[in-house]
Amino acid sequence: MPSISPARSSEARIMSSPIRRLALAVGAAALALLAPAAAPAAPRVHTVIIDKMKFGPVPASVRAGDVILWVNKDMFRHTATARNGSFNIDLVAGASGKTVVRGAGAIPFFCKYHPGMKGQLRVSK
Amino acid sequence: MIHKIVLGCSVAMLGLATPALAHDGPSDAQIAHIAYTAGEIDIAAAKQALSKSHNQQVRDFAEAMVRDHAAVNDKALALVKKLGVSPEANATSAALSKGAAEKMAALAKLNGAAFDRAYVGNEIAYHGTVNQALASTLIPGAHNAELKSLLETGLTLFQEHQKHAEHLSGALK
Repeated sequence: MPSISPARSSEARIMSSPIRRLALAVGAAALALLAPAAAPAAPRVHTVIIDKMKFGPVPASVRAGDVILWVNKDMFRHTATARNGSFNIDLVAGASGKTVVRGAGAIPFFCKYHPGMKGQLRVSK
Repeated sequence: MIHKIVLGCSVAMLGLATPALAHDGPSDAQIAHIAYTAGEIDIAAAKQALSKSHNQQVRDFAEAMVRDHAAVNDKALALVKKLGVSPEANATSAALSKGAAEKMAALAKLNGAAFDRAYVGNEIAYHGTVNQALASTLIPGAHNAELKSLLETGLTLFQEHQKHAEHLSGALK
């Protein structure tokens, strides 16, 4: 279309104003909210159950930045303590709490109060 | 002859059907008392250690003993209340208490690293004795399923305590 109608040129004028920038920003924010999957892999939450003096199965695919939710179903107080010091959570009987996985590779962990209780996270980048 | 066999069989069946009447093993009320007493003894030993030891590892271990044995004993008290059973004093509990009192008196005379080594050494031996009793007598002898289950949890915990004490003992040398 060779000619520009007055209506469109007027719209173009309005949209080049600060209102246009605001509209763009709002649009971008809405897009970010609507499409989180488009962002780099969002942290996931994995649950590890502690019961009867044992750590339950650890999740198979943990990535750096993911969150572990430790749930202490036992009648005893326990900790989940990384040997490399990257996390340490102390849970009274019945409590639960979250830690963030930092770094990649094998991260062995144990309970400070019951050192025979052990487990290992395998973390990919 | 046949009469004797029949009699033998019926006695054996009676034994299986009504184990509570058997006199060769402790009753649930006695088992509960023994298990509770065993826990109280270890709590008392740990409190003695907390009043005497300056070694952080020993103190951490003793604190875990107080906490864990109190947790099991709280559950045991709640269970006997629920079941309407009164823990019943018996010769085994009395022998455990007497032995423990003598050990505490001996440990009271020690200080510093000598106390730490003796306390931890006794913890290894004591948990070994209690675990043996749990595995061979108390757990097989418990009639109530909930009591049996609690004793089994206790055994898992005390075996871990025994291993923990063994590691700690290695670190103290």
